[in-house]
Amino acid sequence: MALDTSSAPAAAPSKLVKAATSETRIARLTLIAVALGFVALFLLLPLATVFIEAFRKGPVEFATALRDPETFSAIRLTLIVAVIAVPLNLVFGVAAAWAIAKFEFKGKAFLTTLIDLPFSVSPVISGLVFVLLFGANSALGPFLQKYGIHILFAVPGLVLATVFVTFPFVARELIPLMQEQGTSDEEAALSLGATGWQTFWHVTLPNIKWGLLYGVLLCNARAMGEFGAVSVVSGHIRGQTNTMPLQVEILYNEYNFVAAFAVAAVLALLALVTLVLKTALELRYSDEIAASRRH
Amino acid sequence: MAFRSSTRWRFRQPSVIPGFGLALGVTLTWLTLIVLIPLSGLIWRSSGLGWSNFMSLVLDERTVNALTISFGTAFIAAVVNLFFGVVLAWVLVRYRFPGKRVIDAMVDLPFALPTAVAGIALTALYAPNGWIGSILEPLGIKIAFTPAGIVVALVFVGLPFVVRTVQPVMEEIDKEVEEAAATLGANRYQTISRVLLPGLLPAGLTGFALAFARGVGEYGSVIFIAGNLPYVSEIAPLLIIIRLEEFNYPAATAIATVMLFLSFIMLLVINSIQSWSRRRYSNGA
Repeated sequence: MALDTSSAPAAAPSKLVKAATSETRIARLTLIAVALGFVALFLLLPLATVFIEAFRKGPVEFATALRDPETFSAIRLTLIVAVIAVPLNLVFGVAAAWAIAKFEFKGKAFLTTLIDLPFSVSPVISGLVFVLLFGANSALGPFLQKYGIHILFAVPGLVLATVFVTFPFVARELIPLMQEQGTSDEEAALSLGATGWQTFWHVTLPNIKWGLLYGVLLCNARAMGEFGAVSVVSGHIRGQTNTMPLQVEILYNEYNFVAAFAVAAVLALLALVTLVLKTALELRYSDEIAASRRH
Repeated sequence: MAFRSSTRWRFRQPSVIPGFGLALGVTLTWLTLIVLIPLSGLIWRSSGLGWSNFMSLVLDERTVNALTISFGTAFIAAVVNLFFGVVLAWVLVRYRFPGKRVIDAMVDLPFALPTAVAGIALTALYAPNGWIGSILEPLGIKIAFTPAGIVVALVFVGLPFVVRTVQPVMEEIDKEVEEAAATLGANRYQTISRVLLPGLLPAGLTGFALAFARGVGEYGSVIFIAGNLPYVSEIAPLLIIIRLEEFNYPAATAIATVMLFLSFIMLLVINSIQSWSRRRYSNGA
Protein backbone atom coordinates (compact mmCIF):
# COMPACT_ATOMS: atom_id res chain seq x y z
CA MET A 1 0.00 0.00 0.00
CA ALA A 2 2.67 2.40 0.99
CA LEU A 3 4.62 1.44 -2.12
CA ASP A 4 1.78 2.41 -4.39
CA THR A 5 2.99 5.86 -5.36
CA SER A 6 0.37 6.33 -8.06
CA SER A 7 -2.44 6.71 -5.52
CA ALA A 8 -3.34 10.29 -4.73
CA PRO A 9 -2.87 10.22 -0.90
CA ALA A 10 0.73 8.93 -1.24
CA ALA A 11 1.71 11.40 -3.94
CA ALA A 12 0.44 14.48 -2.17
CA PRO A 13 2.70 14.35 0.93
CA SER A 14 5.78 13.47 -1.14
CA LYS A 15 5.25 16.62 -3.18
CA LEU A 16 4.95 18.60 0.05
CA VAL A 17 8.22 17.16 1.38
CA LYS A 18 9.98 17.98 -1.86
CA ALA A 19 8.86 21.59 -1.61
CA ALA A 20 10.07 21.81 1.98
CA THR A 21 13.52 20.34 1.26
CA SER A 22 14.36 22.17 -1.94
CA GLU A 23 14.58 25.77 -2.97
CA THR A 24 12.09 27.69 -5.05
CA ARG A 25 12.64 27.70 -8.78
CA ILE A 26 13.81 31.32 -8.74
CA ALA A 27 16.35 30.65 -5.97
CA ARG A 28 17.64 27.61 -7.85
CA LEU A 29 18.05 29.47 -11.13
CA THR A 30 19.72 32.42 -9.36
CA LEU A 31 22.24 30.15 -7.65
CA ILE A 32 23.01 28.31 -10.90
CA ALA A 33 23.41 31.66 -12.70
CA VAL A 34 25.78 32.99 -10.01
CA ALA A 35 27.87 29.80 -10.06
CA LEU A 36 28.05 29.59 -13.85
CA GLY A 37 28.78 33.29 -14.16
CA PHE A 38 31.65 32.95 -11.73
CA VAL A 39 33.07 29.92 -13.56
CA ALA A 40 32.74 31.69 -16.90
CA LEU A 41 34.42 34.85 -15.64
CA PHE A 42 37.26 33.28 -13.68
CA LEU A 43 37.91 29.96 -15.42
CA LEU A 44 36.52 29.76 -18.96
CA LEU A 45 37.30 33.29 -20.10
CA PRO A 46 41.01 33.18 -19.10
CA LEU A 47 41.37 29.79 -20.80
CA ALA A 48 39.70 31.04 -23.98
CA THR A 49 41.88 34.17 -23.92
CA VAL A 50 45.04 32.05 -24.15
CA PHE A 51 43.95 30.48 -27.43
CA ILE A 52 42.41 33.64 -28.87
CA GLU A 53 45.56 35.68 -28.22
CA ALA A 54 47.76 32.88 -29.59
CA PHE A 55 45.85 32.86 -32.89
CA ARG A 56 45.26 36.62 -33.02
CA LYS A 57 47.49 36.98 -36.08
CA GLY A 58 46.51 33.69 -37.63
CA PRO A 59 47.81 30.13 -37.60
CA VAL A 60 50.94 30.99 -39.59
CA GLU A 61 52.22 33.40 -36.94
CA PHE A 62 51.34 30.83 -34.29
CA ALA A 63 53.34 28.11 -36.01
CA THR A 64 56.27 30.47 -36.67
CA ALA A 65 56.37 31.42 -32.99
CA LEU A 66 56.61 27.78 -31.97
CA ARG A 67 59.37 27.03 -34.47
CA ASP A 68 61.69 29.56 -32.85
CA PRO A 69 64.88 27.71 -31.75
CA GLU A 70 64.75 29.20 -28.23
CA THR A 71 61.16 28.10 -27.77
CA PHE A 72 62.10 24.72 -29.16
CA SER A 73 64.90 24.36 -26.63
CA ALA A 74 62.49 25.43 -23.85
CA ILE A 75 60.10 22.65 -24.83
CA ARG A 76 62.99 20.19 -24.87
CA LEU A 77 64.21 21.32 -21.43
CA THR A 78 60.72 21.08 -19.92
CA LEU A 79 60.45 17.50 -21.17
CA ILE A 80 63.93 16.61 -19.85
CA VAL A 81 63.16 18.01 -16.39
CA ALA A 82 59.80 16.23 -16.19
CA VAL A 83 61.26 12.94 -17.45
CA ILE A 84 63.82 13.01 -14.61
CA ALA A 85 61.72 14.52 -11.80
CA VAL A 86 58.50 12.52 -12.19
CA PRO A 87 60.03 9.00 -12.01
CA LEU A 88 62.10 10.05 -8.97
CA ASN A 89 58.95 11.10 -7.13
CA LEU A 90 57.15 8.03 -8.43
CA VAL A 91 59.67 5.70 -6.77
CA PHE A 92 59.63 7.81 -3.61
CA GLY A 93 55.82 7.92 -3.55
CA VAL A 94 55.48 4.16 -3.83
CA ALA A 95 58.10 3.59 -1.11
CA ALA A 96 56.51 6.13 1.23
CA ALA A 97 53.02 4.72 0.67
CA TRP A 98 54.29 1.16 1.27
CA ALA A 99 55.89 2.14 4.58
CA ILE A 100 53.01 4.32 5.77
CA ALA A 101 50.00 2.33 4.54
CA LYS A 102 51.15 -1.23 5.19
CA PHE A 103 52.80 -0.81 8.61
CA GLU A 104 52.05 0.65 12.02
CA PHE A 105 54.96 2.56 13.52
CA LYS A 106 55.69 5.45 15.83
CA GLY A 107 55.74 8.89 14.29
CA LYS A 108 53.70 7.91 11.24
CA ALA A 109 51.40 10.95 11.44
CA PHE A 110 54.42 13.24 11.77
CA LEU A 111 56.09 11.63 8.74
CA THR A 112 52.89 12.16 6.70
CA THR A 113 52.87 15.84 7.67
CA LEU A 114 56.52 16.20 6.63
CA ILE A 115 55.76 14.67 3.23
CA ASP A 116 52.99 17.26 2.71
CA LEU A 117 55.29 20.10 3.74
CA PRO A 118 56.37 21.22 0.21
CA PHE A 119 52.71 22.02 -0.60
CA SER A 120 52.62 24.74 2.05
CA VAL A 121 55.91 26.36 1.05
CA SER A 122 55.86 29.23 -1.43
CA PRO A 123 57.36 28.18 -4.79
CA VAL A 124 59.83 31.06 -4.55
CA ILE A 125 61.10 29.72 -1.22
CA SER A 126 61.35 26.24 -2.77
CA GLY A 127 63.81 27.70 -5.25
CA LEU A 128 65.56 29.94 -2.74
CA VAL A 129 66.55 27.04 -0.47
CA PHE A 130 68.59 25.51 -3.30
CA VAL A 131 70.24 28.84 -4.08
CA LEU A 132 71.27 29.07 -0.42
CA LEU A 133 72.52 25.48 -0.49
CA PHE A 134 74.50 25.51 -3.74
CA GLY A 135 75.04 29.20 -4.48
CA ALA A 136 78.46 30.84 -4.82
CA ASN A 137 78.43 32.13 -1.24
CA SER A 138 77.16 28.91 0.37
CA ALA A 139 79.26 26.35 2.26
CA LEU A 140 79.20 24.04 -0.76
CA GLY A 141 79.76 26.81 -3.29
CA PRO A 142 83.59 26.90 -3.41
CA PHE A 143 83.76 23.09 -3.54
CA LEU A 144 81.34 22.92 -6.48
CA GLN A 145 83.21 25.69 -8.26
CA LYS A 146 86.56 23.98 -7.79
CA TYR A 147 85.38 20.77 -9.42
CA GLY A 148 83.29 22.53 -12.07
CA ILE A 149 80.00 21.04 -10.95
CA HIS A 150 77.08 23.13 -12.17
CA ILE A 151 73.88 22.76 -10.14
CA LEU A 152 72.35 26.22 -10.14
CA PHE A 153 71.57 27.79 -13.51
CA ALA A 154 71.72 24.28 -15.01
CA VAL A 155 69.57 21.18 -15.39
CA PRO A 156 70.36 19.67 -11.93
CA GLY A 157 69.04 22.78 -10.16
CA LEU A 158 65.87 22.81 -12.27
CA VAL A 159 65.32 19.13 -11.51
CA LEU A 160 65.91 19.62 -7.75
CA ALA A 161 63.48 22.54 -7.54
CA THR A 162 60.88 20.60 -9.55
CA VAL A 163 61.29 17.48 -7.40
CA PHE A 164 60.83 19.59 -4.26
CA VAL A 165 57.65 21.21 -5.55
CA THR A 166 56.07 17.96 -6.81
CA PHE A 167 57.32 15.91 -3.87
CA PRO A 168 53.96 14.96 -2.24
CA PHE A 169 51.80 14.25 -5.34
CA VAL A 170 52.24 10.49 -5.82
CA ALA A 171 52.60 9.69 -2.11
CA ARG A 172 49.48 11.56 -1.05
CA GLU A 173 47.40 9.82 -3.72
CA LEU A 174 48.69 6.33 -2.87
CA ILE A 175 48.66 6.49 0.95
CA PRO A 176 44.85 6.65 1.45
CA LEU A 177 44.29 4.17 -1.38
CA MET A 178 46.69 1.57 0.03
CA GLN A 179 45.43 2.14 3.56
CA GLU A 180 41.93 1.33 2.40
CA GLN A 181 43.06 -1.80 0.56
CA GLY A 182 44.69 -3.17 3.72
CA THR A 183 47.23 -5.97 3.78
CA SER A 184 45.13 -9.13 3.32
CA ASP A 185 45.94 -9.57 -0.40
CA GLU A 186 49.66 -9.32 0.31
CA GLU A 187 49.39 -11.69 3.29
CA ALA A 188 47.61 -14.25 1.10
CA ALA A 189 50.32 -14.03 -1.57
CA LEU A 190 53.09 -14.36 1.01
CA SER A 191 51.45 -17.35 2.68
CA LEU A 192 51.24 -19.04 -0.72
CA GLY A 193 55.01 -18.72 -1.03
CA ALA A 194 55.50 -15.53 -3.07
CA THR A 195 58.60 -13.49 -2.34
CA GLY A 196 58.31 -9.85 -1.29
CA TRP A 197 59.08 -8.55 -4.80
CA GLN A 198 56.68 -11.00 -6.43
CA THR A 199 53.98 -9.87 -4.03
CA PHE A 200 54.64 -6.26 -4.92
CA TRP A 201 54.74 -6.75 -8.70
CA HIS A 202 51.87 -9.20 -9.05
CA VAL A 203 49.51 -8.26 -6.19
CA THR A 204 50.06 -4.70 -4.94
CA LEU A 205 50.96 -2.97 -8.20
CA PRO A 206 47.90 -4.20 -10.14
CA ASN A 207 45.75 -3.02 -7.21
CA ILE A 208 47.15 0.49 -7.21
CA LYS A 209 47.93 1.05 -10.90
CA TRP A 210 45.12 3.51 -11.63
CA GLY A 211 45.74 5.48 -8.46
CA LEU A 212 49.41 5.55 -9.35
CA LEU A 213 48.62 6.83 -12.84
CA TYR A 214 46.39 9.51 -11.31
CA GLY A 215 49.17 10.69 -9.01
CA VAL A 216 51.73 10.67 -11.85
CA LEU A 217 49.35 12.70 -14.04
CA LEU A 218 49.02 15.47 -11.45
CA CYS A 219 52.73 15.32 -10.64
CA ASN A 220 53.63 15.67 -14.32
CA ALA A 221 51.25 18.61 -14.87
CA ARG A 222 52.84 20.50 -12.01
CA ALA A 223 56.39 19.50 -13.04
CA MET A 224 55.92 20.86 -16.56
CA GLY A 225 54.08 23.98 -15.44
CA GLU A 226 56.13 25.00 -12.40
CA PHE A 227 57.19 28.62 -12.60
CA GLY A 228 58.23 30.24 -9.29
CA ALA A 229 60.69 27.63 -8.05
CA VAL A 230 62.44 27.07 -11.39
CA SER A 231 62.50 30.81 -12.01
CA VAL A 232 64.75 31.27 -8.96
CA VAL A 233 67.25 28.53 -9.86
CA SER A 234 67.24 28.88 -13.65
CA GLY A 235 69.31 32.03 -14.18
CA HIS A 236 67.26 32.67 -17.35
CA ILE A 237 70.01 31.82 -19.83
CA ARG A 238 68.31 32.05 -23.19
CA GLY A 239 68.06 28.83 -25.15
CA GLN A 240 69.73 26.95 -22.29
CA THR A 241 68.00 27.10 -18.91
CA ASN A 242 64.53 28.39 -19.77
CA THR A 243 61.67 25.96 -19.39
CA MET A 244 58.40 26.62 -21.22
CA PRO A 245 56.76 28.68 -18.44
CA LEU A 246 59.93 30.80 -18.17
CA GLN A 247 59.97 31.24 -21.94
CA VAL A 248 56.38 32.52 -21.70
CA GLU A 249 57.52 35.14 -19.21
CA ILE A 250 60.49 36.28 -21.32
CA LEU A 251 58.45 36.57 -24.52
CA TYR A 252 55.69 38.38 -22.67
CA ASN A 253 58.07 40.88 -21.08
CA GLU A 254 59.51 41.57 -24.55
CA TYR A 255 55.96 42.47 -25.70
CA ASN A 256 56.10 39.52 -28.09
CA PHE A 257 52.53 38.64 -27.13
CA VAL A 258 51.67 36.27 -29.97
CA ALA A 259 54.71 34.12 -29.26
CA ALA A 260 54.14 34.24 -25.49
CA PHE A 261 50.54 33.12 -25.91
CA ALA A 262 51.56 30.49 -28.48
CA VAL A 263 53.82 28.80 -25.92
CA ALA A 264 51.13 29.37 -23.28
CA ALA A 265 48.58 27.69 -25.56
CA VAL A 266 50.76 24.57 -25.73
CA LEU A 267 50.87 24.53 -21.92
CA ALA A 268 47.11 25.16 -21.71
CA LEU A 269 46.55 22.25 -24.08
CA LEU A 270 48.64 20.10 -21.76
CA ALA A 271 46.45 21.23 -18.84
CA LEU A 272 43.29 20.35 -20.77
CA VAL A 273 44.62 16.89 -21.66
CA THR A 274 45.49 16.42 -17.97
CA LEU A 275 41.95 17.41 -16.93
CA VAL A 276 40.34 15.09 -19.49
CA LEU A 277 42.49 12.11 -18.46
CA LYS A 278 41.93 12.90 -14.78
CA THR A 279 38.15 13.07 -15.22
CA ALA A 280 38.18 9.87 -17.28
CA LEU A 281 40.14 8.08 -14.54
CA GLU A 282 37.72 9.38 -11.89
CA LEU A 283 34.68 8.18 -13.83
CA ARG A 284 36.03 4.85 -15.03
CA TYR A 285 38.07 3.67 -12.06
CA SER A 286 36.41 5.59 -9.23
CA ASP A 287 36.80 2.75 -6.72
CA GLU A 288 40.47 2.23 -7.57
CA ILE A 289 41.48 5.87 -6.99
CA ALA A 290 41.61 7.45 -3.57
CA ALA A 291 41.06 10.97 -4.84
CA SER A 292 37.62 10.35 -6.30
CA ARG A 293 36.35 9.35 -2.89
CA ARG A 294 37.29 12.75 -1.62
CA HIS A 295 35.11 14.31 -4.29
CA MET B 1 54.77 -11.77 31.07
CA ALA B 2 52.42 -11.49 28.15
CA PHE B 3 51.19 -8.24 29.60
CA ARG B 4 54.69 -6.88 29.90
CA SER B 5 55.73 -7.74 26.38
CA SER B 6 52.59 -6.19 24.89
CA THR B 7 53.14 -2.87 26.63
CA ARG B 8 56.86 -2.75 25.86
CA TRP B 9 57.74 0.22 23.69
CA ARG B 10 58.38 -0.80 20.15
CA PHE B 11 59.01 1.26 17.09
CA ARG B 12 56.61 -0.70 14.94
CA GLN B 13 53.94 -3.35 15.28
CA PRO B 14 55.04 -6.78 14.04
CA SER B 15 53.88 -7.65 10.53
CA VAL B 16 54.43 -10.44 8.00
CA ILE B 17 54.65 -7.92 5.15
CA PRO B 18 58.28 -7.51 4.06
CA GLY B 19 60.11 -4.42 2.89
CA PHE B 20 59.53 -2.06 5.81
CA GLY B 21 63.22 -1.22 6.20
CA LEU B 22 63.75 -0.62 2.48
CA ALA B 23 60.58 1.46 2.02
CA LEU B 24 61.12 3.59 5.11
CA GLY B 25 64.82 3.94 4.27
CA VAL B 26 64.09 5.23 0.76
CA THR B 27 61.39 7.54 2.12
CA LEU B 28 63.51 9.05 4.86
CA THR B 29 66.59 9.43 2.64
CA TRP B 30 64.66 11.17 -0.13
CA LEU B 31 62.73 13.32 2.37
CA THR B 32 65.95 14.36 4.09
CA LEU B 33 67.83 15.15 0.88
CA ILE B 34 65.07 17.00 -0.97
CA VAL B 35 63.04 18.66 1.78
CA LEU B 36 64.62 18.64 5.22
CA ILE B 37 68.23 19.62 4.42
CA PRO B 38 67.26 22.48 2.05
CA LEU B 39 64.65 23.85 4.47
CA SER B 40 66.94 23.61 7.49
CA GLY B 41 69.61 25.29 5.38
CA LEU B 42 67.29 28.28 5.15
CA ILE B 43 66.64 28.29 8.91
CA TRP B 44 70.37 27.91 9.58
CA ARG B 45 71.31 30.80 7.31
CA SER B 46 68.62 32.90 8.87
CA SER B 47 69.72 32.14 12.42
CA GLY B 48 73.24 33.16 11.39
CA LEU B 49 71.97 36.69 10.85
CA GLY B 50 71.52 37.36 14.55
CA TRP B 51 68.27 38.48 16.15
CA SER B 52 68.61 42.27 15.87
CA ASN B 53 69.87 42.09 12.29
CA PHE B 54 67.06 39.69 11.40
CA MET B 55 64.42 41.95 12.96
CA SER B 56 65.72 45.06 11.22
CA LEU B 57 65.56 43.22 7.87
CA VAL B 58 62.02 42.01 8.55
CA LEU B 59 60.78 45.37 9.86
CA ASP B 60 62.16 47.20 6.83
CA GLU B 61 59.28 49.29 5.50
CA ARG B 62 59.26 47.77 2.02
CA THR B 63 59.30 44.24 3.49
CA VAL B 64 56.44 44.97 5.89
CA ASN B 65 54.44 46.45 3.03
CA ALA B 66 55.08 43.44 0.80
CA LEU B 67 54.06 41.02 3.56
CA THR B 68 50.93 43.06 4.32
CA ILE B 69 49.97 43.07 0.63
CA SER B 70 50.58 39.33 0.29
CA PHE B 71 48.55 38.43 3.36
CA GLY B 72 45.84 41.07 2.80
CA THR B 73 45.12 40.18 -0.83
CA ALA B 74 45.28 36.45 -0.05
CA PHE B 75 42.74 36.98 2.75
CA ILE B 76 40.31 38.91 0.54
CA ALA B 77 40.67 36.35 -2.25
CA ALA B 78 40.02 33.51 0.21
CA VAL B 79 36.84 35.24 1.45
CA VAL B 80 35.62 35.63 -2.16
CA ASN B 81 36.47 31.99 -2.81
CA LEU B 82 34.69 30.84 0.35
CA PHE B 83 31.45 32.49 -0.79
CA PHE B 84 31.53 31.51 -4.46
CA GLY B 85 33.13 28.14 -3.73
CA VAL B 86 30.26 27.15 -1.43
CA VAL B 87 27.67 28.35 -3.98
CA LEU B 88 29.46 26.46 -6.76
CA ALA B 89 29.75 23.27 -4.68
CA TRP B 90 26.05 23.56 -3.74
CA VAL B 91 24.99 23.94 -7.37
CA LEU B 92 27.22 21.02 -8.47
CA VAL B 93 25.94 18.70 -5.72
CA ARG B 94 22.25 19.64 -5.62
CA TYR B 95 21.08 20.74 -9.04
CA ARG B 96 21.03 19.29 -12.52
CA PHE B 97 21.77 21.49 -15.51
CA PRO B 98 23.33 21.00 -18.94
CA GLY B 99 27.14 20.92 -18.95
CA LYS B 100 27.37 20.14 -15.25
CA ARG B 101 30.02 17.46 -15.68
CA VAL B 102 32.22 19.77 -17.77
CA ILE B 103 31.90 22.56 -15.18
CA ASP B 104 32.77 20.08 -12.42
CA ALA B 105 35.92 19.03 -14.29
CA MET B 106 36.82 22.66 -15.08
CA VAL B 107 36.96 23.52 -11.36
CA ASP B 108 40.35 21.79 -11.28
CA LEU B 109 41.71 23.96 -14.11
CA PRO B 110 43.73 26.20 -11.74
CA PHE B 111 45.49 23.07 -10.45
CA ALA B 112 46.39 21.95 -13.97
CA LEU B 113 47.08 25.24 -15.74
CA PRO B 114 50.63 26.56 -15.25
CA THR B 115 50.52 29.72 -13.13
CA ALA B 116 52.42 31.81 -15.67
CA VAL B 117 49.80 30.99 -18.32
CA ALA B 118 47.01 32.00 -15.94
CA GLY B 119 48.92 35.18 -15.14
CA ILE B 120 49.28 36.43 -18.72
CA ALA B 121 45.72 35.39 -19.61
CA LEU B 122 44.21 37.29 -16.66
CA THR B 123 46.37 40.31 -17.45
CA ALA B 124 45.21 40.30 -21.08
CA LEU B 125 41.59 40.19 -19.88
CA TYR B 126 41.78 42.81 -17.15
CA ALA B 127 44.24 45.27 -18.70
CA PRO B 128 42.64 48.61 -19.69
CA ASN B 129 42.50 47.43 -23.34
CA GLY B 130 41.35 43.89 -22.49
CA TRP B 131 37.83 42.49 -22.76
CA ILE B 132 36.91 43.00 -19.12
CA GLY B 133 39.26 45.89 -18.45
CA SER B 134 37.80 47.96 -21.29
CA ILE B 135 34.30 47.51 -19.81
CA LEU B 136 35.43 48.57 -16.35
CA GLU B 137 37.70 51.42 -17.43
CA PRO B 138 34.88 53.93 -18.24
CA LEU B 139 33.38 53.13 -14.82
CA GLY B 140 36.63 54.24 -13.22
CA ILE B 141 37.49 50.73 -12.02
CA LYS B 142 41.07 49.58 -12.53
CA ILE B 143 41.90 45.94 -11.90
CA ALA B 144 45.17 45.12 -13.67
CA PHE B 145 48.34 46.70 -12.25
CA THR B 146 46.64 47.44 -8.90
CA PRO B 147 46.21 45.34 -5.73
CA ALA B 148 42.74 44.39 -7.07
CA GLY B 149 44.54 42.53 -9.86
CA ILE B 150 46.42 40.48 -7.26
CA VAL B 151 43.09 39.51 -5.70
CA VAL B 152 41.72 38.44 -9.11
CA ALA B 153 44.75 36.20 -9.71
CA LEU B 154 44.51 34.67 -6.23
CA VAL B 155 40.77 34.02 -6.63
CA PHE B 156 41.62 32.04 -9.77
CA VAL B 157 44.37 30.09 -8.02
CA GLY B 158 42.43 29.34 -4.82
CA LEU B 159 38.98 28.41 -6.13
CA PRO B 160 39.43 24.61 -6.35
CA PHE B 161 40.57 24.40 -2.71
CA VAL B 162 37.20 25.56 -1.32
CA VAL B 163 35.06 23.66 -3.84
CA ARG B 164 36.98 20.40 -3.43
CA THR B 165 36.89 20.45 0.38
CA VAL B 166 33.22 21.48 0.69
CA GLN B 167 31.82 19.31 -2.12
CA PRO B 168 32.37 15.84 -0.57
CA VAL B 169 30.96 16.95 2.80
CA MET B 170 27.89 18.34 1.05
CA GLU B 171 27.38 15.05 -0.76
CA GLU B 172 27.33 13.21 2.58
CA ILE B 173 24.56 15.34 4.09
CA ASP B 174 21.65 13.11 5.00
CA LYS B 175 18.39 14.17 3.36
CA GLU B 176 16.57 13.15 6.57
CA VAL B 177 18.18 16.03 8.45
CA GLU B 178 16.51 18.51 6.12
CA GLU B 179 13.23 16.61 6.28
CA ALA B 180 13.33 16.65 10.07
CA ALA B 181 13.96 20.41 10.07
CA ALA B 182 11.07 20.95 7.65
CA THR B 183 8.78 18.71 9.73
CA LEU B 184 9.62 20.74 12.81
CA GLY B 185 8.43 23.86 11.04
CA ALA B 186 11.61 25.42 9.69
CA ASN B 187 11.28 27.18 6.38
CA ARG B 188 13.85 26.56 3.67
CA TYR B 189 15.97 29.56 4.58
CA GLN B 190 16.06 28.51 8.25
CA THR B 191 16.96 24.92 7.31
CA ILE B 192 19.87 26.09 5.19
CA SER B 193 21.24 28.74 7.55
CA ARG B 194 20.67 26.92 10.86
CA VAL B 195 21.02 23.24 9.90
CA LEU B 196 23.03 22.79 6.70
CA LEU B 197 25.60 25.59 6.74
CA PRO B 198 26.84 24.95 10.34
CA GLY B 199 27.62 21.36 9.29
CA LEU B 200 29.67 22.70 6.38
CA LEU B 201 31.61 25.14 8.54
CA PRO B 202 34.71 22.95 9.22
CA ALA B 203 35.06 22.01 5.54
CA GLY B 204 34.52 25.62 4.53
CA LEU B 205 37.13 26.85 6.97
CA THR B 206 39.62 24.21 5.81
CA GLY B 207 39.09 25.23 2.20
CA PHE B 208 39.42 28.88 3.18
CA ALA B 209 42.69 28.22 5.02
CA LEU B 210 44.11 26.17 2.12
CA ALA B 211 43.20 28.89 -0.40
CA PHE B 212 44.64 31.56 1.90
CA ALA B 213 47.91 29.65 2.43
CA ARG B 214 48.28 29.05 -1.30
CA GLY B 215 47.54 32.70 -2.04
CA VAL B 216 50.16 34.01 0.35
CA GLY B 217 52.94 32.09 -1.42
CA GLU B 218 51.66 32.45 -4.97
CA TYR B 219 54.04 34.03 -7.46
CA GLY B 220 53.55 33.03 -11.11
CA SER B 221 49.97 34.15 -11.68
CA VAL B 222 50.38 37.38 -9.67
CA ILE B 223 53.49 39.06 -11.04
CA PHE B 224 52.04 39.74 -14.50
CA ILE B 225 48.82 41.37 -13.33
CA ALA B 226 50.11 43.09 -10.18
CA GLY B 227 52.12 45.92 -11.72
CA ASN B 228 54.70 45.25 -9.00
CA LEU B 229 54.89 48.80 -7.67
CA PRO B 230 56.97 48.82 -4.45
CA TYR B 231 54.86 49.65 -1.36
CA VAL B 232 51.64 49.36 -3.40
CA SER B 233 51.36 46.12 -5.37
CA GLU B 234 54.61 44.28 -4.65
CA ILE B 235 54.06 40.83 -3.11
CA ALA B 236 56.49 39.20 -0.65
CA PRO B 237 57.62 36.34 -2.94
CA LEU B 238 58.56 38.91 -5.60
CA LEU B 239 60.54 40.92 -3.05
CA ILE B 240 62.49 37.76 -2.19
CA ILE B 241 63.44 37.43 -5.87
CA ILE B 242 64.35 41.12 -6.12
CA ARG B 243 66.63 40.82 -3.07
CA LEU B 244 68.22 37.67 -4.56
CA GLU B 245 68.93 39.49 -7.82
CA GLU B 246 70.57 42.26 -5.78
CA PHE B 247 72.68 39.52 -4.12
CA ASN B 248 71.15 40.69 -0.84
CA TYR B 249 70.98 37.14 0.54
CA PRO B 250 70.36 38.18 4.19
CA ALA B 251 67.19 40.11 3.27
CA ALA B 252 65.91 37.32 0.99
CA THR B 253 66.56 34.77 3.73
CA ALA B 254 64.82 36.85 6.39
CA ILE B 255 61.65 37.42 4.32
CA ALA B 256 61.56 33.73 3.37
CA THR B 257 61.92 32.68 7.01
CA VAL B 258 59.01 34.87 8.11
CA MET B 259 56.84 33.48 5.31
CA LEU B 260 57.87 29.92 6.12
CA PHE B 261 57.07 30.46 9.80
CA LEU B 262 53.65 31.91 9.00
CA SER B 263 52.83 29.07 6.61
CA PHE B 264 53.74 26.54 9.32
CA ILE B 265 51.22 28.28 11.56
CA MET B 266 48.66 28.03 8.76
CA LEU B 267 49.40 24.31 8.44
CA LEU B 268 48.87 23.92 12.19
CA VAL B 269 45.58 25.82 12.02
CA ILE B 270 44.37 23.66 9.11
CA ASN B 271 45.27 20.47 10.99
CA SER B 272 43.49 21.59 14.15
CA ILE B 273 40.35 22.61 12.22
CA GLN B 274 40.30 19.15 10.71
CA SER B 275 40.78 17.29 13.99
CA TRP B 276 38.21 19.57 15.67
CA SER B 277 35.65 18.79 12.98
CA ARG B 278 36.40 15.07 13.22
CA ARG B 279 35.79 15.18 16.98
CA ARG B 280 32.69 17.27 16.65
CA TYR B 281 30.95 15.77 13.66
CA SER B 282 31.92 12.16 13.27
CA ASN B 283 31.60 10.88 16.83
CA GLY B 284 28.09 9.55 16.34
CA ALA B 285 28.73 8.21 12.86
